[in-house]
Amino acid sequence: MTAIVTDAVDEKRRRILIVATSVAGAAAGVGIAGPFVASWFPSARALAAGAPVQYDVSKIEPGQQITVAWRGKPIWLLRRTKDMLDRLPGNAAFLVDPDCKVPQQPPYIKGIDRSLKPEMFVCIGICTHLGCIPNLKEKAGDLQGMGADWPGGYFCPCHNSRFDLSGRVFKGSPAPINLEIPPNRYANENVVVIGENPKGA
Amino acid sequence: MAATEKTPVTGAGPFNGALTWIDQRFPLMSLWREHLSEYYAPKNFNFWYYFGSIALLVLVIQIVSGIFLTMNYKPDSREAFASVEYIMRDVPAGWLIRYIHSTGASFFFISVYLHMARGLMYGSYRKPRELIWIFGMVIYLTLMGEAFFGYLLPWGQMSYWGAQVIVNLFGTVPFVGEGLAVWIRGDYNISDATLNRFFALHVAALPLALVGLVAAHLMALHEVGSNNPDGIEIKKNLDPRTGRPLDGIPFHPYYTVKDLMGVAVFLIVFSAVIFFAPELDGFFLEANNFIPANPLKTPQEIAPVWYFTPYYAILRAVPPMFDSKFPGVAVMGVAVLILFALPWLDRGRVKSIRYRGPRWKVAFAIFVLAFLVLGYLGVHPITVWGTFAEGVPLVGGGYIAVWVARLFTLLYFLFFLAMPWYTAHDREKPEPQRVTW
Repeated sequence: MTAIVTDAVDEKRRRILIVATSVAGAAAGVGIAGPFVASWFPSARALAAGAPVQYDVSKIEPGQQITVAWRGKPIWLLRRTKDMLDRLPGNAAFLVDPDCKVPQQPPYIKGIDRSLKPEMFVCIGICTHLGCIPNLKEKAGDLQGMGADWPGGYFCPCHNSRFDLSGRVFKGSPAPINLEIPPNRYANENVVVIGENPKGA
Repeated sequence: MAATEKTPVTGAGPFNGALTWIDQRFPLMSLWREHLSEYYAPKNFNFWYYFGSIALLVLVIQIVSGIFLTMNYKPDSREAFASVEYIMRDVPAGWLIRYIHSTGASFFFISVYLHMARGLMYGSYRKPRELIWIFGMVIYLTLMGEAFFGYLLPWGQMSYWGAQVIVNLFGTVPFVGEGLAVWIRGDYNISDATLNRFFALHVAALPLALVGLVAAHLMALHEVGSNNPDGIEIKKNLDPRTGRPLDGIPFHPYYTVKDLMGVAVFLIVFSAVIFFAPELDGFFLEANNFIPANPLKTPQEIAPVWYFTPYYAILRAVPPMFDSKFPGVAVMGVAVLILFALPWLDRGRVKSIRYRGPRWKVAFAIFVLAFLVLGYLGVHPITVWGTFAEGVPLVGGGYIAVWVARLFTLLYFLFFLAMPWYTAHDREKPEPQRVTW
């Protein structure tokens, strides 16, 4: 074996090797970050738990609201009376987005009643301000401490956002926009499926 | 290879031999000299110079108490709340360790805020100390993350809903927001997956980062030397014989002893809070956090812990724009990040408040007032001061507190944005040649 005695350095070759090694190392670094970043996405179990939920709405009385959980979010199922529905058009002047132009509902849900069946209101019960759950104040007038001109709706206790019985936000609320309507469809006459679009939609 | 030959260690009595043996294999004496016995700090440090060492002490307290808490805590959404109550009730001295940790969190921020105020007053962020300031700001950001992640762990109502609100802030980012929020949570809402990863970040990732950043902060400090209440460089006046700063004294023993005095007073106050008012009337531990997390029931009022409230008030002060809450989130983020730019915004010729002109002093007073008022408003609901008279057409409602917050948000930003102007044109006083008291 001979000793390496030359002290000359090939600077050009060294620079190429440094750059090539750095680039390869950086690429490997980015590559290995992939799995770690991916591990933060919902697991298969969380995805399964986020699957659609079904509910038989035939047992809900007129004027009654029940709450079911979908993806950990409260979903309101309110059976609106004719009186409630009749009051909706009158709110328009006081609303931020009376015609629901901002897509806070799936494209197949149209009109101011914001539901597939007018009497069955399906809505994500999370305030669009900071994610609190508004309370139902369904009675018109001052019966629930909401003032004599209250048309019935929802009131968020966190920062006083107000919504009507279609989840449309009243002007002057800290919430910027209407409550969100989840994707939903009817499996049959009485069973609503939350988290799935109607077939063909 | 034999150990390198160095001068034997003297002055340690019976330990001279052992220390010499170590010093020949490890830079013991050069580290000791560089950072303690021959680190020359200005001799005119005052009260405000306690808080760096106190913040370091609180870091150690938090690490030690935190390690002991993990021995009984369970990062599982079904067990977390009960395990904290178990620590509080059943583990011997568990209540003490938990209260040390929860109180330490607030005292960490108290020390850091006072430490930062010192830096602002005496211009400690100015050239050549920009990197010290940058490292300090990264420490501050890391600390905010550490506090936020830690606050979820007890899995109380305020833990849960506080995390909900903060993660939802990321959900407002245009285009990628919703996906980003899901990625942070690992689920569609705050859940067991979120708790588990926050635990990992809180007990492993961020403490490691903090320790490394504190080391970098101190190394940068010891490279350029400490500033002082006069804001002048003591390295300009060296003793011609020794080459040491005439106005400098060795950190050890002079400032180790001074800092010990500060530590003693600090521990008295710290203990008083731990033993007599660990919740500090809801400021250090919120009442709602003694109720287990319930994803289907929002507390009447969601308020962050006091150390985040100035920024929370800024967030609430910005009205939604273009149907999006992102502007408020962005403004809040900039309110924190703008501090990074401080060394380059300040164009004053003097560093210390003692020689600054009237414009800077007024601006600084307004800034401190703005920070305190925003902090106060962030603690309270926006209804705290009522509304303006009926019929006044105001964006986002007529809540007086919101409008006051808007005013002070503006003043907060003006302190920074107008700084290149008012510092460049100010009637400053001449700096002394040597430090004063």
